[in-house]
Amino acid sequence: MSDHALDAPRRAASGARFHLSTSFWRRAVILAALALAWEAYARWLGNGLLLPTFGETLAALWNSSINGELPARVATSLSLLLAGYGIGIAVAATLTALAALSRWGEDLLGLLTSMFNPLPAIALLPVALLWFGIGPPSLIFVIVHAVLWPLALACHAGFRAVPPTLRMAGRNMGLAGPSYVFGLLIPAALPAILSGLRLGWAFAWRTLIAAEMVFGVSARSGGLGWFIYTNRAQLETANVFAGLLVVVLIGLAVENVVFRTLGRLTIQRWGQES
Amino acid sequence: MDGGRGPFREVSAPLSVDKVFLRYAGDAGIVTAVEDVSFAVEEGERLVLLGPSGCGKSTLLRAIGGFLPVAEGAIRLNGRPVTGPGPDRMMVFQEFDQLLPWRTVAGNVAFALRKARGLPKDEAWRRAREWVGRVGLARFADAYPHTLSGGMKQRVAIARAFAVQPAILLMDEPFAALDALSRRRMQDELLSLCEAAGSTVIFVTHGIDEAVRIGTRILVLSPHPGRLAAEYLVPEAARERGSAAFAEIEADIHARVFSGTPPEPQAVLADFREPSLV
Repeated sequence: MSDHALDAPRRAASGARFHLSTSFWRRAVILAALALAWEAYARWLGNGLLLPTFGETLAALWNSSINGELPARVATSLSLLLAGYGIGIAVAATLTALAALSRWGEDLLGLLTSMFNPLPAIALLPVALLWFGIGPPSLIFVIVHAVLWPLALACHAGFRAVPPTLRMAGRNMGLAGPSYVFGLLIPAALPAILSGLRLGWAFAWRTLIAAEMVFGVSARSGGLGWFIYTNRAQLETANVFAGLLVVVLIGLAVENVVFRTLGRLTIQRWGQES
Repeated sequence: MDGGRGPFREVSAPLSVDKVFLRYAGDAGIVTAVEDVSFAVEEGERLVLLGPSGCGKSTLLRAIGGFLPVAEGAIRLNGRPVTGPGPDRMMVFQEFDQLLPWRTVAGNVAFALRKARGLPKDEAWRRAREWVGRVGLARFADAYPHTLSGGMKQRVAIARAFAVQPAILLMDEPFAALDALSRRRMQDELLSLCEAAGSTVIFVTHGIDEAVRIGTRILVLSPHPGRLAAEYLVPEAARERGSAAFAEIEADIHARVFSGTPPEPQAVLADFREPSLV
């Protein structure tokens, strides 16, 4: 009897693994079915300009990867994104720190976020073009805008939600100043910070692809959005679909690999996931 | 760790509370939570602040912890006025979320030892594991707090407070959120830890039986505003549950809290919650 009781958690754990793998296979089957439907419909339609087949899209993806064009475009997009994301995080951290330190800072953050959060970042692109001209600074400007507000809002809410008992326990141990912030506040607010980073990433990625459609950094070396746009103009529809596929794949990879891993290593392990 | 006479424990006669008033801004203006309370805590004493809700006992303990300013009077630790929180007064709270969720059981204790006592990492971890074992959690030393029961979390908080070896331990109804059985076991274990270490303790509770079990001296507070109403020295013989002396002192506090020796008997009666029968 007692042996069984001791085994229970282990069996539950392996059950969870089993569940995970069946869900994985289910998804794989759905994906395969979608690809098949796509292929069948495109063949029936027989118009590669409107809808290339799945096979043609994969071939286009392969070719533009091999000739180095697509990887270069992805690299351009990602480097812009990382620059904007980094600046966004730095500004969000500064604003949140100000908000944590003073009432004026708190009201400043509250006012700015309520003004700018509902404004789609892409709507600022005309202004950015006016200020910074056609080039990376304009793109980075809109990305920063996309990241900054949701992240600052999430961080601020996270800091405010740290339980008073935990704060008192920290100060009781002699934490103060930086050791209080880094040793207590930030890890305690990590669930909110992580979800803010996730949200900021998703906004930034969408905004970047949209903004890149308006112009390339230069005619030869635009990002992924520009790749999609120019290929549409040249009626290389298979390349357009290949570009879209890459946008989806990168979004999925960051969400499922980077953020899920971060979450599993931290808040999930610590039982802080809400 | 009975030989634990670290730098924190060298000075005796730890704490004095001198004509202290505590006030806070409530909905109806300034509320006086504690009025003109004075007492001193001697080395090795376990002083219990006992009273119904609203008597300001927790507020008073927080002021001693340095989390609240005094409106009048002074709280002194080893002769120096208390101006803020510090690890010379380690506090155990009632709430279970006083542990750092991102650190393991031993990690929580080790972190406190490094931050509060400035111990090097190895030494902090060695002592942390020792204290975790002492509260009976050796098997859970590497578990994260969210996997523990409420009672186990309180044990970790107690281990953390003891490990730092403060001048005085402050306990704010640490067992109030536990079920009756665990509460009783925790009281016994806390008592033996205190006796082994010779700790100086202020323990806040609204349970009369808990006060008699834990304390060497009991201060009864009456509510609205909190004032000292009575003082009991608990003799060694009365500490044993079920003994005649235990029942006698418990009945006497009962009678006094209900009978109206404190200034506002109705208020006391209305607010006083019977501790659950153990």
